[in-house]
Amino acid sequence: MRASGLAAAALALLAVAVLSIAVGAKPVPLSEVWHALLDRDAAEYAVVRQMRLPRTLLGLLAGTALGVAGAAMQALTRNPLADPGLLGINAGAAAAIATAALLFGVGGGTGQVWFALLGAAVVTVGVYAVGGGRSATPARLALAGAALNAALYSYVSAVMLLDSAGLERLRFWTVGSLASADTDTVRQVLPFIAVGLLVALAAARPLNALALGEDTAQALGARPALIRVVVIAAITLLCGAATAACGPIVFVGLIVPHLVRALTGPDLRWLLPYCGLLAPMLLLGSDVLGRVLGRPGELQVGIVTAVLGGPLFLWLVTRTTARP
Amino acid sequence: MPTSRLDGGGLRLAYDRRVVADGLTVAVPDRSFTVIIGPNACGKSTLLRALSRLLKPAAGSVLLDGEDIHRRPARVVARTLGLLPQSPITPDGIGVADLVARGRYPHQGLLRQWSRDDERIVAESMAATGVADLADRRVDELSGGQRQRVWLAMALAQQTPLLLLDEPTTYLDIAHQIEVLDLCARLHEEQGRTLVAVLHDLNHAARYATHLIAMRGGQVVAAGEPRQIVTADLVEEVFGLPCRVIADPETGTPLVVPAARARAGTVTR
Repeated sequence: MRASGLAAAALALLAVAVLSIAVGAKPVPLSEVWHALLDRDAAEYAVVRQMRLPRTLLGLLAGTALGVAGAAMQALTRNPLADPGLLGINAGAAAAIATAALLFGVGGGTGQVWFALLGAAVVTVGVYAVGGGRSATPARLALAGAALNAALYSYVSAVMLLDSAGLERLRFWTVGSLASADTDTVRQVLPFIAVGLLVALAAARPLNALALGEDTAQALGARPALIRVVVIAAITLLCGAATAACGPIVFVGLIVPHLVRALTGPDLRWLLPYCGLLAPMLLLGSDVLGRVLGRPGELQVGIVTAVLGGPLFLWLVTRTTARP
Repeated sequence: MPTSRLDGGGLRLAYDRRVVADGLTVAVPDRSFTVIIGPNACGKSTLLRALSRLLKPAAGSVLLDGEDIHRRPARVVARTLGLLPQSPITPDGIGVADLVARGRYPHQGLLRQWSRDDERIVAESMAATGVADLADRRVDELSGGQRQRVWLAMALAQQTPLLLLDEPTTYLDIAHQIEVLDLCARLHEEQGRTLVAVLHDLNHAARYATHLIAMRGGQVVAAGEPRQIVTADLVEEVFGLPCRVIADPETGTPLVVPAARARAGTVTR
């Protein structure tokens, strides 16, 4: 059942990806997509290969990263409403990128990815220290993350105000957008996201043990402290890379694991792969929707996910608390 | 002397700087149903945490099969020694069979995934605790007693010859307490496992234990078979409770009857 569902999700994701290549300012007929991808002489080859394909690939990568990171984080903090923003990781990446852009004029490229990872890592370690180090509880960790999150976003806003003209590109980036994706962006973030995904998937079973509480996990022979460090490293890689490439996109990492859990139950061995397929579907779908709604321009995908995600989130919260 | 796979000597148990016990020496006889009793804050749960290597002793060591339990790989220990903590966390929406299956953790690895053996052991564990009918239900829909049996099944699925239980009857009403204790006694007798439980109720302990460890102020006051060690003097010494000890009309084991409060008008003996 759960396996065939996974296959269906993969097919649906493929369909959305094809749609993402077809839809835009210059639409490509669905029947032509394959042709346009492979045939150098096709009329749309340049548009598709240089813009739509990287954009779609980045959407797939970032969506998968955010979905898996969100699910891993919800499992780690035992907080079903946690999100990659919760521990301040996206904000840390954003703050580091804003700082780099302001001080050194670094914008885009591999430099941006490294700054994002650095920011994400510093914040993660900081949250862990503020949240109580080895004796950190999920609640303390979440509180420390929320506090840092707020502070860092204020900082990013302040940087924007300092130099709004010079940071025009950054301004779009802070909304969350796939529009600037090119083949280089995809190549830069791919290794980080791939490693993060592998580590997260390998941690699924230990996370399952940890979900039963520290004592039970230890009794089962798992090592909670080690699991925590490894999973936080994976989350940092996934969120840092995704944020560097397309800005801090909200709600994808929150909503998708939440919805998927209703489908698969809390078993991370199913939850993570499902999130890895359904989160990019939401992200790419939102991106396509933004291109359709914003014609002749486009709406940033971060705005679309926020508009879709906000009400959905509120609905989930009321539904969760209404249940005894 | 009976043999013992699990014992501790010269233990100093402390949380940060607060020393709970010092110079503590205990042994769990093989194939016993050992019950640890004592007043609140006597260190009984702390001792259980030390025996299950959740707490590292500040001095002394806990030996499992003659080796320091903290020096052995976590996964190897977890195949020999299981623990059901006092309040394990039930993940939201988890199914009964899924929860029980998580007891197989120490027997699996990246390369050794779910097998038919695991499947069989999970089914047997659920049958042994009488929750096979609930396999497809969600754990959070069950009653307290059912839930505790599901957790016991999870611990059984770990297939450890030694199983430690931290106050397995807390939060249960009297009927469910007896149900869980009967189940433990059956597991002990039929499967030949060594059980170690911390219990609050002295009479439950005296009825079900084959080996009783009575603690007070971080020290073992007495240890042995309940019929031999449970006396009015011991209860007074351990709990500070004046009482009489009579034979349990059901089982013949010691039954502790607290002395009545002297009331105006009643004749004191």
